[in-house]
Amino acid sequence: MLADSIAFVLLVIGLIFNALGVIGLLRFPDVYTRLHASTKATTFGSIFLCLGVVVYAIAHYFWTSDSQYLMVIVHTIIAVFALAVTNAAGSHAIARAAHKSGQKPEPSVVDRLSEAGL
Amino acid sequence: MIPFIVTASVAFLFYLVLVIGSGPVIFWSWEEILAGVIIGLATGIICRKVFCKNENYRMLCPARLVGLVIYICGPFLVELTKANLDVAYRIITGRIRPGIIRLHSGMKSDLALTMLAHSITLTPGTLSVNVDEENHDLFIHVIHLDEGEEKKEVFEAEEIFAFMNIPAWIRRIAE
Repeated sequence: MLADSIAFVLLVIGLIFNALGVIGLLRFPDVYTRLHASTKATTFGSIFLCLGVVVYAIAHYFWTSDSQYLMVIVHTIIAVFALAVTNAAGSHAIARAAHKSGQKPEPSVVDRLSEAGL
Repeated sequence: MIPFIVTASVAFLFYLVLVIGSGPVIFWSWEEILAGVIIGLATGIICRKVFCKNENYRMLCPARLVGLVIYICGPFLVELTKANLDVAYRIITGRIRPGIIRLHSGMKSDLALTMLAHSITLTPGTLSVNVDEENHDLFIHVIHLDEGEEKKEVFEAEEIFAFMNIPAWIRRIAE
């Protein structure tokens, strides 16, 4: 029962952060600030969602000692790592492509990349 | 020969991790172990030149792997939490002052630079945009620069993180 409640709370926190990511995607002015919202908030939210799954599976593993729950735990942890790494690499690629194709950050107070001319 | 052994054992261990909980031999069944051996051998033959391109086996040292796990669960998680609370605040209030700055990373190897760029993207209100290949400088987009910070030419890698010394951790793990 306790584990179910903890998993529920973790799911709610994860959903709140994912929702914040979506709101930021609609609210921010240019591509870079939107990438901030969509990478950071959704990664953090998804970590909490997966944490909820892990807590639920650990509790059921101890109650039933069914080894299939071990597989759920390990696969979820691997999914979190894959998500974090691909999210960072993908957002870097999008930002670099956007800057190369002439999307200047707007508004911005300084742009050292255009000054360096790379 | 060494690239083949390294690739085959990494593939075998990864397969075992993926099929954990399938039978009575500790956590695995004999069929899965046999399948893992076959898959490991095949992967070792096919991928040995891709996986061990630089002939650099530093990351196989157990101390470095343990350091990587401690780094992810400790300092990185603290910075990730702080960054997300900050970005959530900016999303709700809309107070942003963005800009692209130059960051002097000081990393020597490509692996360390990749780890630093990924950590920067996921942590403190920053997003890596481009890399200067010559001197390994990073160009990062910051969502909120304080007053006067835009006049500074180059930032050091230690300055942008709030609590933990992330670059020192990465140097210890990957260099």
